[in-house]
Amino acid sequence: MLHLILFLFFGAICVAGAINLLVQPHPIDSALSLVVVMASLAAEYLLLGAEFVAAIQVIVYAGAIMVLFIFTIMLLNAGAEERTKGSRVAIVLGIPGVVIGAVLVAWTLVHRANTEKVSIGAFPGSPHDIAWLLFHDFLLPFEVTSVLILIAILGAVVLASRPEAVARRHHDTETAKAAPELVGAGKER
Amino acid sequence: MQIPLNYYLLLSGILFACGVLGFLIKRNIIAIFMSIELMLNGVNLSFVAFAAHWHALGNVHALSGQIFVFFVMVVAAAEAAVGLAIIIAVYRTRETLNVDQVNLLKL
Repeated sequence: MLHLILFLFFGAICVAGAINLLVQPHPIDSALSLVVVMASLAAEYLLLGAEFVAAIQVIVYAGAIMVLFIFTIMLLNAGAEERTKGSRVAIVLGIPGVVIGAVLVAWTLVHRANTEKVSIGAFPGSPHDIAWLLFHDFLLPFEVTSVLILIAILGAVVLASRPEAVARRHHDTETAKAAPELVGAGKER
Repeated sequence: MQIPLNYYLLLSGILFACGVLGFLIKRNIIAIFMSIELMLNGVNLSFVAFAAHWHALGNVHALSGQIFVFFVMVVAAAEAAVGLAIIIAVYRTRETLNVDQVNLLKL
């Protein structure tokens, strides 16, 4: 009974955070509600016995990735989003499609006679077993993901670094905006 | 105490549907990106729930479901790094984050 109550509690927090992500106009509020969703999902993983996955969820997702998001929002000084019209196709076709898909999935899941239960705490998702699988059966995919991460880091550095000429022009215009009389002095220097 | 697998799948489906809905109705490019992360999280939950399900049925390879969660997380991290760098590059040239005003791929 306690497990069911915990599942419903964290599930409700999870859904509330997801809906709050949708309705908040400001991206920083959306980011913080996404942190709530990820933290309560970690609690759900704990209920399923996947303790290592829960720890990684908190460290990597709610920690590293969300810090990246919030850092970008702060860096770009993103304000509240403007409500523009958007694509009509997305409104007319997309939202009914989502609703129909969600209702179909829910109908199937609720009405299928599935008597299998997930037993809690009986699942040894310990770091030892996971490390054995990761470095034994899944060794090649694991090594390939390291290459993927390396390429992603290189791509991020290349994309986010600005060319030198653009940087100097940007600096000049900012100086001109801030103090027009200093531009001449800056060029002489 | 046991919880039916359907409950976890239902929660996972709700999270995925919220992600798709946010992808469609949000206009801020960072918020759209966060909707994608929400979809990935919903999929991860169903991976872990199915892993527990098959383990309860006695399948010895059930733990593979948790391994796939790690791979999804790795791909999500790589995607977040590259995607946010692209967002920074777009913002530098367009000075907007609204997707309706970013309709050309050319920087």
